[in-house]
Amino acid sequence: MGLKTPLYDTHVQAGAKIVDFGGWDMPLHYGSQLEEHHAVRRDAGVFDVSHMASLDLEGARATEFLRILLANDVAKLRAPGKGLYSCLLKEDGGVLDDLIVYRMHDTRYRMVVNAGTRDKDLAWIRAHAAPYGVAVTERRDLAMLAVQGPEARAKTAALLPAETAARALALPVFSAADIGGWFVARTGYTGEDGFEIAMPAAEATTVWAALRAADVRPAGLGARDTLRLEAGLCLYGNDLDEAHDPLESGLAWTVAFDPPDRQFIGRAALERPRAAARAELVGLLLEDRGILRGHQVVSTDRGAGEITSGGFAPTLNRSIALARLPRGTGGEVRVDIRGKALAARVVKPPFVRHGKPLISTSTEISQ
Amino acid sequence: MSEPTGDLPKDLKYTKSHEWVRTLADSSIEVGITDHAQGALGDLVFVEVPEVGRTLSAGAACAVVESVKAASDIYSPVDGRVVASNAALATTPELVNQAPYTEGWLIRIAVDASAPPPALLDAAAYARYLAEETN
Repeated sequence: MGLKTPLYDTHVQAGAKIVDFGGWDMPLHYGSQLEEHHAVRRDAGVFDVSHMASLDLEGARATEFLRILLANDVAKLRAPGKGLYSCLLKEDGGVLDDLIVYRMHDTRYRMVVNAGTRDKDLAWIRAHAAPYGVAVTERRDLAMLAVQGPEARAKTAALLPAETAARALALPVFSAADIGGWFVARTGYTGEDGFEIAMPAAEATTVWAALRAADVRPAGLGARDTLRLEAGLCLYGNDLDEAHDPLESGLAWTVAFDPPDRQFIGRAALERPRAAARAELVGLLLEDRGILRGHQVVSTDRGAGEITSGGFAPTLNRSIALARLPRGTGGEVRVDIRGKALAARVVKPPFVRHGKPLISTSTEISQ
Repeated sequence: MSEPTGDLPKDLKYTKSHEWVRTLADSSIEVGITDHAQGALGDLVFVEVPEVGRTLSAGAACAVVESVKAASDIYSPVDGRVVASNAALATTPELVNQAPYTEGWLIRIAVDASAPPPALLDAAAYARYLAEETN
């Protein structure tokens, strides 16, 4: 028996297949993962993401603290409510977690971290926050829903009073605001537009029911995974871990080396010259028939690599993957699937964004 | 989701690895996976079946079905030789989800008559096995 979100009984009643995820009993799908995936690409779906941890960080030196704690620089967040994606690094550059941090006020930030890493994150953040006098509060009183898809914002706003709806619809991309007692962010993990909404746990079932009545389709962790893979987004534990730094995880764009005097945790390790060139995370499109999966070995003319996440991409009707390969690998590679060397092509993620394929799949699958 | 009794076709035999076996008029057999198996796997997106003519051993992996979730081996219930495979699954693997006992069949096998007859379950025994497994 794992931890349960306020929506657990709702999921079971809806026929969800429940699986363990980071110690939580979560819905994998409600019948068809593929249909849930397509609903998010074409219309709107809702995910229960209450297992993720919302943290409030508050203190006069909160900004100063976060500029040391995170590899990305919260000084970029000029407007209140603006959000930033960042890695949380160890001193050796290994990734402890990936997260989103929102600047809500000069002295107050909201951070959302992964469920499976919450304990180590909290211990790490609290230990480093203490010297700065920054209070870290876990918001276990909140449930969180992700409403995603081209119709997600309109369908969500329709449930709100006119004034709050207008405020929600006016949110810029990657921004959040306290709206009508909810924390509403225009963020997601699917490659589609939408909201992530944190609300008092007691409201979750009512809001879920209202979204369902508005034809927003419940979607489980299975669809969440195929959607994020198509969107080229990393999953902590698969594509990111403590053994690899952001530069070998496709996340160099999230590391703010400017200004050069900002001594964030892990900076020295990232700047240290290495004997061997770093690996890099790239996208793969399978050109033969089959399914790419995590841990399959990739052969390239520069050496071997490994798939970190792979699967079937429902929007492309092809198999895709993220893989950690020798830096500079391009073109054609081979993937070992049950002893056969199948052909795959290195591509630049994302594979799909806003419902549209971004890579060419016009080559015929060889039979 | 798991109500094993009731809908199991009575004319089929079953294995503990969740394949079903139908004996055809020419005494060859047709093999697929059970409704319980397809439900547990989730949406199928790829099926790899053996080539016609390949020799199979009872209990050995002979095909692979891949769902959105994972790849799973399918085991031959008998010693024999592949005489046909379901070509439709190359483009429509979802037939296994939609019609596991009919259009979603995987392979047909000419049974090696010299081998000992396989130990297969009838519908009632497979239903009991499912009930035990899910408890």
